[in-house]
Amino acid sequence: MATTQSNTQHEVLEAVIIRFVGDSGDGMQLTGTQFSDTSAMFGNDIATFPNYPAEIRAPQGSLYGVSGFQVHIGSVEISTPGDEVDLLVAMNPAGLKTNLHAVKPGHTIIVDTDAFTKKNLEKAQYDSNPLEDNSLENYRVIEVSMTSLTKETLKDVQGLDNKSITRSKNMFALGMVYWMYDRSPDYTIDFFNKKFKSKPEIIEANTKVLNAGFYFAETLELIPNAYSISPAKMPAGTYRIIMGNTATAWGFLAAAEKAGLELFLGSYPITPASDILHELVKHKHFGVKALQAEDEIAGITSAIGASFAGDLAITTTSGPGLALKGEALGLAMMIELPLVVVNVQRGGPSTGLPTKTEQSDLLQSMYGRNGESPVIVIAASTPANCFNFAYQAAKMTLEHMTPVVLLTDGYIANGSAPWKIQSAKDMSEIKNNIVSEYHENWHPYDRDKETLARNWAIPGTPQFEHRVGGLEKDRISGNVSYVPENHEYMTKIRAEKIKRVQNYIPDLTTEFEEEGDLLVVGWGGTYGSLHTAVKKLNEEEGFSNIGLAHFNYINPLPKNTEDVFSKFKKIVVCELNNGQFAKILKINFNNLNLLEYNKVQGLPFGNGELAEKFKQLLVK
Amino acid sequence: METAAKKYTFKDFASDQEVRWCPGCDDYVILRAMQKALPDMDVKKEDVVFISGIGCSSRFPYYMDSYGMHSIHGRAPAIATGVKIANPDLSVWVITGDGDSMAIGGNHFIHVLRRNVDLNIILFNNEIYGLTKGQFSPTSLVGQKTKSSPYGNTQPPFSPGELAIGAQARFFARIGGNTPKEMTDLFIEAEKFKGTSLIEVLQNCPIFNDGCFTEYTDKKVREDKQLYVRHGEPMIFGKEKNKGLVLNGLKLEVVTIGENGITEKDILIHNAKEQDPTLHQMLVRLRYPLVTGIIRSYEDVTLEERIDVLTAEVKSKSKFNKTDDLFFSGDIYQVF
Repeated sequence: MATTQSNTQHEVLEAVIIRFVGDSGDGMQLTGTQFSDTSAMFGNDIATFPNYPAEIRAPQGSLYGVSGFQVHIGSVEISTPGDEVDLLVAMNPAGLKTNLHAVKPGHTIIVDTDAFTKKNLEKAQYDSNPLEDNSLENYRVIEVSMTSLTKETLKDVQGLDNKSITRSKNMFALGMVYWMYDRSPDYTIDFFNKKFKSKPEIIEANTKVLNAGFYFAETLELIPNAYSISPAKMPAGTYRIIMGNTATAWGFLAAAEKAGLELFLGSYPITPASDILHELVKHKHFGVKALQAEDEIAGITSAIGASFAGDLAITTTSGPGLALKGEALGLAMMIELPLVVVNVQRGGPSTGLPTKTEQSDLLQSMYGRNGESPVIVIAASTPANCFNFAYQAAKMTLEHMTPVVLLTDGYIANGSAPWKIQSAKDMSEIKNNIVSEYHENWHPYDRDKETLARNWAIPGTPQFEHRVGGLEKDRISGNVSYVPENHEYMTKIRAEKIKRVQNYIPDLTTEFEEEGDLLVVGWGGTYGSLHTAVKKLNEEEGFSNIGLAHFNYINPLPKNTEDVFSKFKKIVVCELNNGQFAKILKINFNNLNLLEYNKVQGLPFGNGELAEKFKQLLVK
Repeated sequence: METAAKKYTFKDFASDQEVRWCPGCDDYVILRAMQKALPDMDVKKEDVVFISGIGCSSRFPYYMDSYGMHSIHGRAPAIATGVKIANPDLSVWVITGDGDSMAIGGNHFIHVLRRNVDLNIILFNNEIYGLTKGQFSPTSLVGQKTKSSPYGNTQPPFSPGELAIGAQARFFARIGGNTPKEMTDLFIEAEKFKGTSLIEVLQNCPIFNDGCFTEYTDKKVREDKQLYVRHGEPMIFGKEKNKGLVLNGLKLEVVTIGENGITEKDILIHNAKEQDPTLHQMLVRLRYPLVTGIIRSYEDVTLEERIDVLTAEVKSKSKFNKTDDLFFSGDIYQVF
């Protein structure tokens, strides 16, 4: 087994960004995940960004079939997967062509030369071989015939077909990168042993190829120096690496346990939300009841039924699915039942960019229903805090008896980061409005004086028999009412109920500065990019008073929002859409003069582009 | 389920809400039949839940003094599925019409039957859209003149029973809207049945489709035009009780006992509990006589039972009792 104790002098780096790219069948996601998990175990802070095509297996070697996984590791705080990469591992010409722009000049590219065939070069629309025409002279290119070396390594392993042999070349690449960055392959070997328990030949093959890559890098003079990244200074505690979608699922598990309710999920598969369903169906042992429904509408309506019957009910989806759920969400709002709708946003409109990220479902979440139909809208901002906001969504829906839309997005849902594990027992209390003791003057629409949440009388409870429905309710009895004044009253009280949630959410705080020349405003999954950019800029001379206000609570907005804004000369709202949150702010605060920076490319913000934009705004 | 704690009367299930259907509507018959049937079921009042979609029929839950939800168009089966999975002890009823369940809710209708959730669906079929004032529905006949088909409907209809059995319905019954006694019995049988029970009520709409089923349901012709089947009994009908069904090749044939050497022994015995739906499907399709009563009643594992068994199995094998066990499992590491 390989060890990390080589004699090489390592150059110590603070952080490094590595991108693995190849065909969508080349195992780049696995390679990237293994590298980031290993680094996390070693103590680095990490952030990852998978980026893959919408097709399951796009034609091999094609430009649009490139699958990538970027990982940013550091001994310092890491908030984003980063922009420009220090090392690109390209398994074929198409991967090189589509990712070269991201490599910092002077930095390293590892290529599998075996993949640079005439055919593959043509598919990647290269006129000449970039390995031969000097077009890569600004980079340090390490050419390795990975496919041949993998075949050679495995020539004595019994029971492997050609496909399995070729497929393991990604482990050769990973082995090389492990050596370059002073990482042990042990974690990955453990992973093989667990994952392929029943296939010893696969364990043997992968282990051999991984070690072969590692030793190859060690002995190869083509790799002139190796790097090490020290562990990051992170708060003490027990950690694990978690993906945003997993964190979301786990937040609901914790909330159900804390609330003493059973968890019901009604869901229909859709990218990129499906992993929440995949995760929750595993946990039947916690009493999770998950229904893969016949469509999005049955996903939400089955959840409404389960909520009526007393479960903590959730439904998970992505943009187009939320569109289909709109009518039912209006029903849940009207009958004032708890329900969490998770929308993992992706590029829209319509089918849009299903595997890419965007923040353009905000207005749909706020207003995408008929009639006056306010619901709570909150947004998670990092892969790890998806846990907290899922928990928070469950708490809010149960305590306020109104649907909650929880927004995440493809970027944080698929990205992973260290999560300081939180125990359900340490999370805040979750109350509910379930009634059990009957009294004569009971009415289904009796409300809590403070929150205005209505009673939750669950079928099976004697004497509370009552009817709910989508027709307007009499303010007291809950019976159908067409009385004009009553409708207006009910419309207002439903709005007031949401407004009062302000009393239960934290005040808005700013990072870096509380007053100054520029306030950068964002919401949801852009937190990492904005935080990194503002931090960097504040460290530059002449740009020392930039604040960051990042929103997780959108409807209602924190009470002190206007106060926070008033302390800055300029405010710029940054969003991965055409200005939807800015619109909401303008609706709420008449006198605000808001600047906007919007990006709608299906990609996250880059730190560089943000810093550049902020500088321009400050100079103007 | 525990035995009902007390004996109810039909009044216990009537809510204080004024019933607002058109005079002469069969919905009144159905409502009263349900209120009469419930005291004879082994259920507690607080365990009864009515879920409806949209339409005239879907006002039904408001008139029942039980738990209920008047929901959105076509979605009642999906909502009821959620209710039943959340609490399998409840007696869950779906109230729906032909527009609600065959058109906008067609998808949920077939899937609830496929899954065999233990709930009961009462389908009020009047072959018309009543609440939206008289457009043709998915069960309206070709040529039928309605508000939205002034020159005659060009869309061939579904037969709810055929659709249901095709979607693997385990229980299907049909009943005329003007036969309250039999209807009450069917509701009780549906409740006893473990699995999705579907009862199609041929319900007259006196305003927009008056007389749509008169040729079968009119008291004068009923006995001659309808065959009310009972499990284990020969399929005999007619005022004289001398008509019966026999199988002739792949077709059902009406014969007369006493003619051409036919005796009662030649008549098919109804087996509602047969797993193979072939004969049930043939009975559903028949138009002379129109078959009513419980046509199919094949008991099978329900969705809740499958979920229960699987959950128990997973629980027995799992190392995880609390979420902490999961959170702190696998690849975790310490930062000091």
